[in-house]
Amino acid sequence: MPAITLTINNDLISARQGQTLLEVAREHGIEIPTLCHLDGLEAMGGCRLCLVELQGAPRPVPSCVTKAAEGMVVTTHSDKLVEYRKMLVELLLAERTHTCSICVQNNNCELQTLAAKLGIDHVRFDYLHQQLPMDASRERFALDHNRCVLCLRCVRVCDAVEGAHTWDVRGRGSTSRIVADLDRPWGTSTSCTDCGKCVQLCPTGALFKKGATVGEMKKERSFLNRILERRRLAAQGGTP
Amino acid sequence: MNRVELAELAETVTAQQQSCRLRLLVCCGTPCVAAGAEAVVAALREKLAALGNPADLELVGTGCQGPCSRGPLLTVLRPGQPEQVWQKTTPELAVSILEAELQQAPVPDENLLPADWPFFTRQTRLVLANSGRIDPENLEQYIACGGYESLAQVLHDMTPDQACDSVVQSGLRGRGGGGYPTGLKWQLVRKGSGSRKFIVANGDEGDPGAYMDRSLMESDPHRILEGIAIAGYAIGAEQGYIYVRGEYPVAAQRLRKAIKDAERAGLLGSRVLDSSFSFRIDIRIGAGAFVCGEETALLASIMGRRGQPRIRPPYPAEAGLWGCPTLINNVETFGNIPSIFSIGPQAFNAIGNGKSRGTKVFALCGEVVNNGLIEVPMGIPLREIVFEIGGGLANGAAFKAAQTGGPSGGCIPAEKLDTPVDYENLQALGSIMGSGGLIVMGEQSCMVDVARFFMEFCLDESCGKCVPCRTGTVEIYRLLSRICNGSASQRDLQTLEQLCQMVKDTSLCGLGAAAPNPVLSTLRWFRAEYEAHVSQRRCPAGVCTMDQLPLHLLGEQLLQRIAALRCDGEGY
Repeated sequence: MPAITLTINNDLISARQGQTLLEVAREHGIEIPTLCHLDGLEAMGGCRLCLVELQGAPRPVPSCVTKAAEGMVVTTHSDKLVEYRKMLVELLLAERTHTCSICVQNNNCELQTLAAKLGIDHVRFDYLHQQLPMDASRERFALDHNRCVLCLRCVRVCDAVEGAHTWDVRGRGSTSRIVADLDRPWGTSTSCTDCGKCVQLCPTGALFKKGATVGEMKKERSFLNRILERRRLAAQGGTP
Repeated sequence: MNRVELAELAETVTAQQQSCRLRLLVCCGTPCVAAGAEAVVAALREKLAALGNPADLELVGTGCQGPCSRGPLLTVLRPGQPEQVWQKTTPELAVSILEAELQQAPVPDENLLPADWPFFTRQTRLVLANSGRIDPENLEQYIACGGYESLAQVLHDMTPDQACDSVVQSGLRGRGGGGYPTGLKWQLVRKGSGSRKFIVANGDEGDPGAYMDRSLMESDPHRILEGIAIAGYAIGAEQGYIYVRGEYPVAAQRLRKAIKDAERAGLLGSRVLDSSFSFRIDIRIGAGAFVCGEETALLASIMGRRGQPRIRPPYPAEAGLWGCPTLINNVETFGNIPSIFSIGPQAFNAIGNGKSRGTKVFALCGEVVNNGLIEVPMGIPLREIVFEIGGGLANGAAFKAAQTGGPSGGCIPAEKLDTPVDYENLQALGSIMGSGGLIVMGEQSCMVDVARFFMEFCLDESCGKCVPCRTGTVEIYRLLSRICNGSASQRDLQTLEQLCQMVKDTSLCGLGAAAPNPVLSTLRWFRAEYEAHVSQRRCPAGVCTMDQLPLHLLGEQLLQRIAALRCDGEGY
């Protein structure tokens, strides 16, 4: 593979032909935030967080799909880009209802981490507070649309890796929703194999294993009385 | 049919038309039909039937004749005499005109449009040359106007490379709005490697107020087929698709009939005009998504996938339909192709201004006296379009702005009325040529409200793939709504500008990247109006009702109320 040389943030960097800018940057320890991107899945370029400035290009380009080329001059963290990334994450936070304190993914959430790393301490836009439904009809997993960021990792992994293509998108614009099969409750889906790949790849708490939510954390204490009652009966000589 | 037979047929039909004592052309475009053109046709047909359907009288239901607000339109042609056009025709008027003509009596001049009416005289009609002159469902009439002669010329006298070169020489640029040089695109696809190549004509017109493509497809479908076939020969494709918007059933039906007629006549299908070139065209119907006008989304839609744009490169010229090199042009661009070969690329190139050559079709609408479909040479001053062709503003109102390019375009203020209308000059003003919608607005229009209207359109039509377009448009719309209802602060205005710039820079496709244009251009030219809304809570045009209070005023009001309660001790 021929080697090429390009400039990233004023440093000369060598890369292999065919690598994306994101791969090159990560190899050299430059951290570019991403959300929809995941190594191994087909690039989508939807979250726009990995945008970098390329000399000669009229607009920032997504580094996850832009191939590195000889002589490119790239800036990954200009003031403008950092501000844009902040605004993009703020838009995501404002779009649906992301309440970390009651989320199953709290402290393990990619959106939360991104926001923290970018230093977002408030959201300048209106919270849209869409009241979206939850789909808990599947036996082991559940889907909460309120936490979905439409990164479509689930759609891509289900199609390309599991080969089931259970997930797809319904509607358009801000009314887009992830749907199972042809917009049926996930529990009635016949194509889903319960493999859980989508749940593992979901960056937020939108897709999660059942049993992890705050609401499910009720303790079962009635056993104590039951056991003691039976012992009492046994001590009295009766059959338990 | 071969080339000789084509020429013979053209001659026969022309001779027959010229032998007619009288030809009555009734506009059957959609606006005229809505105004009652069908009754006019029926009345004339009845009258002709009563006369025994003489062979020297011909009644033709044509496509759009142009001045849509004046319909139903009736054009009368007599050999050797200037044509006459009547506006707002009624069945009675049409019959009395026919009777007067037959009795050689003076025709009624009621509703007769003046012969030197600027609406007609100021136009240069290339693409629309046959619109309103022929029956769109009649192949022979199109052939009589020189139809398919360009295709025959290209097939028999030119190599594909020469055909591409001619388009390059003509200086034609994409008429869908982007303005990419058409000839260069053709050469790119021609050089592209792939087992097959495809051609796609984009007829998914969706800008509010624009209907050029619909009119062209409905009025002169064969012209588009001919243009596509020429492109097919030039780039080496055997299959073309016309992607027609789902809301245009008449256009789709006429195109279908045109394809069938042309195939029967040997002008499409296998061995076109007895040459070795074979070419098929199929229709694909959109399902009502504006974003499918974006080329990569359109390709996805044709392939049966969700109509969503994808990241370019690869451009469709390298990898389009099913990974094969694909040429996508707007239907109006294809409509220009036959003219380039019939008048010659040099003559075509002689029309226009700067880097914009040829003509452009506009749908002129809004508060202008003469609404309708016009075709003007590139570089014509905007003033001429609005005040001469358009006849100025209705009710003598003062001109405030002209909106071009629909939701991706911007507003041009009165002080820039003398700007030549071409790709570069419009872009310099923060607007775009777009597909050809031209909305004229008077003093009664609030520019913030206009921007809000277009933003509502964009947020509804966003596909939802990328974050800035999906959510950014919603937030821009909310900020604009707040400015319109009087509850915005200076900070909101700042946020609005930042957000617009961000959405413009970061969106994935052209829809999102251009969505803030109406806001940015109105902010540029009509900033005072935004300021008046925000700082004085006043709408200068009197459109917005300021029924909400900004937060700081709300707080103040609350404090005053509490203070009042304390002083006079009154209850709630």
